[in-house]
Amino acid sequence: MIQPPASLSSSDRPSAAKLLLRIDQVKKTFNNDVTALSDVSLDIHAGEFVSLLGPSGCGKSTLLALIGGLGSPTEGTIDWQQSMYDAEGHPERAIGFVFQEPTLLPWRTVFENVYLPLKLAGVSRAAARDQVMDGLRQVGLSAFADAYPRQLSGGMKMRTSIARALIRKPQILLMDEPFAALDEITRTKLSLELLEVFAKTKLTVVFVTHSVYESVFLSNRIVVMTARPGRILADYPIDAPYPRDDEYRTSVQYNEYCRKVSGALKEALRSADTIDA
Amino acid sequence: MNLRQRLLIVLPPIAVGIMIVIAWELLCRAYEVPSYLFPAPSAVVRSLVENASDLLFALWMTVRVTLIALALSIVLGTLVAFIFVQSPIIERSFFPYAIILQVTPIVAVAPLIIILVKNTQVALIFCATIIAIFPIISNTTIGLRTIDRGHRNLFLINHASRWQSLCYLQIPSALPFFFAGLRVASGLSLIGAVVAEFVAGTGGRSAGLAFEILQAGYQLEIPRMFAALFLITMTGIALFLVVAGLTHLALATWHDSMIKRET
Repeated sequence: MIQPPASLSSSDRPSAAKLLLRIDQVKKTFNNDVTALSDVSLDIHAGEFVSLLGPSGCGKSTLLALIGGLGSPTEGTIDWQQSMYDAEGHPERAIGFVFQEPTLLPWRTVFENVYLPLKLAGVSRAAARDQVMDGLRQVGLSAFADAYPRQLSGGMKMRTSIARALIRKPQILLMDEPFAALDEITRTKLSLELLEVFAKTKLTVVFVTHSVYESVFLSNRIVVMTARPGRILADYPIDAPYPRDDEYRTSVQYNEYCRKVSGALKEALRSADTIDA
Repeated sequence: MNLRQRLLIVLPPIAVGIMIVIAWELLCRAYEVPSYLFPAPSAVVRSLVENASDLLFALWMTVRVTLIALALSIVLGTLVAFIFVQSPIIERSFFPYAIILQVTPIVAVAPLIIILVKNTQVALIFCATIIAIFPIISNTTIGLRTIDRGHRNLFLINHASRWQSLCYLQIPSALPFFFAGLRVASGLSLIGAVVAEFVAGTGGRSAGLAFEILQAGYQLEIPRMFAALFLITMTGIALFLVVAGLTHLALATWHDSMIKRET
């Protein structure tokens, strides 16, 4: 593993940040002997916006799925802070997951789709009503509560999906390339809205992406991964203050970060190439 | 859709139908075709009116067998599909027999069933159910299996119980498949009922429309035969429309197959 410069290492961040999740030497092998992840260790603290960045096939989505509990590591452990477990051993209300596709249920209205996680948790519709409407307002969709997913644009579908992931007030939001299928304008708009939510709710976000620019704009920490097998190559803090806007996007600091992260990504691609050869 | 557009959809087939009936009537009269060979529409209608009570009773018998068989197919077929989905071993053990049930021609087994089952009505229902149940089983099984991966993960993330997944995810996902199966099954249940009646009718142990057709044939009352045939066809169309209506009710708001292009 190539170590980032010591001054940029994540261990330097203020120790005040509460440890939320410890990923320790995780390895994931699939049935067909493909090693998706090898020796991945990562600490995630409360309030971080971590981007997992890497070429396709580097296992970043696999890592996110493991964090979300959609499968278990072949070796190593993923430890949540003890206090976050509920009686059944689930990280209680801790996780919101936004998938690459909006994955809305087509037979349910926007309201019902956002209400679904609460419904599955046994909250009655009447009791959830205000909360769901608030959630819809937050993403600007209160006028579309009774619409069906097919009537929505791609961006609105993704907004609904985000509202659904946030409805149980999770401590951590896992996002798997949520904006990849959207057009540039919608993506920029949703990025800004996501940062607004991030600032307002003191969320922790783990965001999988293959876009350097998106990760530098959104996150305060970028973890660069290499492909085959997926390993962590570098771990950069992005010390630009929030709120961030278009001014940040054109700043020297932003460009400097982009250049640095791009360099690391190139390194990741190169190391993947040597393994392939 | 406005009235004009609706009429444009409905009127052409009706016009074609009327023209065919008129041509049929005129040709029969012009060539003086005897009604015991090929009756004119007017003769069929006359027979329908004259034998109304017999024919309507026969219709009721056939419709009853068809509907009971269809209901049984729906209930038993979905039940079997649920069991298949719950346990792959059960499915592997029993699915080949479901296929055997499907591929064996009903005409070939019907005589045996009618001999074995004492009550004719029960025997008829049994035959019609055997033939109608397969599309329900196979379609519903596939439907319950065809769950979008993302939706599955969504339910996993939210710690949905098995019961919740079944009610809120698997069953709604399976509905389009189920209704496609129901469309086939509704037609098959009528075919099954009529075929079984034919077999039973040759032994004089039936009272449905197929029996009417057989009797009319023996007595060379061809207009009456046409009248019975007409009623069978109408029953089939009515069944089709009812199933189409139910499908519309269940899927119209959301499923791609029911949504008209809005471009």
